Amino acid sequence: MIIDIACAVFNVLFTGLFVLGLAGLLTWVERKQSAVMQDRIGANRADLFGWDPKFLRPIRRLGLFHPIADGLKMILKEDHVPPNANKALFNLAPFVSIFFALIAFAAIPFSDRFVVGGHEAAIQVAPMNVGVLYIFAVLSMGIYGVFLAGYASKNNWAFLGGIRASALMLSAEIAIGVSIIGVIMTYGSLEIGEIVRAQQSSPDDLLLGFLPKWGIIMQPLGFIIFLAAGIAATKRIPFDMPEGESEIIGYFVEYSGMKFGMFMMTDFVETIVIAGLTAALFLGGWHIPYFYPEQATAAVVILQALVFILKVAFMCWFMILVRWTLPRFRYDQAMRFGWMALLPLALVNIVLTGIMKVLVSG
Amino acid sequence: MNSSPEHNKRDYGLWQRTYVPEVFGGLAITARHFFVNLKNHIRRLIGRKDAAPGAVTFQYPEQRRPLAPRLRSLHRLTKREDGSPRCVACMMCETICPARCIYIVATEHPDPNIEKMPEQFTIDLGRCVFCGYCVEACPEDAIRMDTGILEFASYTRENMIYTIDQLLSHETAKPDAQDTQ
Repeated sequence: MIIDIACAVFNVLFTGLFVLGLAGLLTWVERKQSAVMQDRIGANRADLFGWDPKFLRPIRRLGLFHPIADGLKMILKEDHVPPNANKALFNLAPFVSIFFALIAFAAIPFSDRFVVGGHEAAIQVAPMNVGVLYIFAVLSMGIYGVFLAGYASKNNWAFLGGIRASALMLSAEIAIGVSIIGVIMTYGSLEIGEIVRAQQSSPDDLLLGFLPKWGIIMQPLGFIIFLAAGIAATKRIPFDMPEGESEIIGYFVEYSGMKFGMFMMTDFVETIVIAGLTAALFLGGWHIPYFYPEQATAAVVILQALVFILKVAFMCWFMILVRWTLPRFRYDQAMRFGWMALLPLALVNIVLTGIMKVLVSG
Repeated sequence: MNSSPEHNKRDYGLWQRTYVPEVFGGLAITARHFFVNLKNHIRRLIGRKDAAPGAVTFQYPEQRRPLAPRLRSLHRLTKREDGSPRCVACMMCETICPARCIYIVATEHPDPNIEKMPEQFTIDLGRCVFCGYCVEACPEDAIRMDTGILEFASYTRENMIYTIDQLLSHETAKPDAQDTQ
């Protein structure tokens, strides 16, 4: 009993701190990675209120104080509510937005099951057997925060942003859901831990004798569709037309201070969720290729968690790479891309997966 | 030749219209920049002097861009050997100045071989357009714009007015501040 509670508390703290910490770090990664990609240096000036001792110089030169400065700025800024806005909904919207983004990671496992004090446990907040559906449900709920923000602001640009966000979310979520069906057909489960275990093929069951049965290898088309639709679901460039800062500024145009910060954090947290989902469904989750531990010792569990975090970090890097490479789609282009490219391809992927499954088993 | 809108439409092939391969091409370019620059940053960090710079940034104000030798920067008045201004208050610069920012008051020079010298020589930098006509018009090579000083912003209009003493105290730019090419 006590061990169960301890495990639950540890898992909640670990996952929560991981997601929030990584989201905070991603603001720094985004600055520095874009700078390095564009032959620049990036933010490197913030210090601790003018206190700049020599031993902190390397941290300052790396710009690691900038996330702290950002947070402080957001907290100290005026929190303005427009006079005509619907105050209750206006204040509720950022909380709705970030809440659904944060709880989505609960279904994603960091490690395989292991035994601690006679109890079976895993580094996973909620090992539910409909994990994939749960994540889609809460990710789709995230649209409420965005749309409420656009609606409650009583601002035409914000309203336009909210409408764009819901249209984009519709086309993206359907493509995600349909593209994932191929994965579910291949591995025969809706529980994410079970899908990862199915990718962890045994040494004599490798594809063509040397490839692990990861989702990216079994479902290459599904992977590309999922990644494209997942990037669209994060509402970041190239699918940032709900925001579109050069045309309509978007659903959070009336927000200031920490409430704006929460919308910004939502984008980063959604990036992490999509990265975690991609790592779990397509990159073998905690699985280390060609490494088959006899039993789950503490070292193995820590190694698995580290490998999974590494995969998530790589996917975050890749999504930021996409964000700083491609220009924004026009609204109609994004719609055409979602409905006329991603969705039909995802349907084709299902049919192909079914044919392959019959051919392989028969 | 033909600049009609129809002509400007690019004819994308099927490969480009599928979009995905081109996206990966773009990602490869940006990723290559990322890794090459990261490698150079790290090599510089561990003290490899021969490493190429990881960024094209000049860390202004600690690090300044080299100035072109012909750049027109803040004015200075040149001096004779005895330290008095070379200017003979001929009013050529004041006359040619399109912004009318130069104001000269002439006086007798103690040396009878020199006719006049400026008592006041004031340039209002708030009006100056840095055309360099004053330098070209001067028959005595008394005014030059080669100090290399670019930062003379001020909060008041009064501080933008430079008097003769300030203009005489400016030095020519050091050669290392200039672009050697």
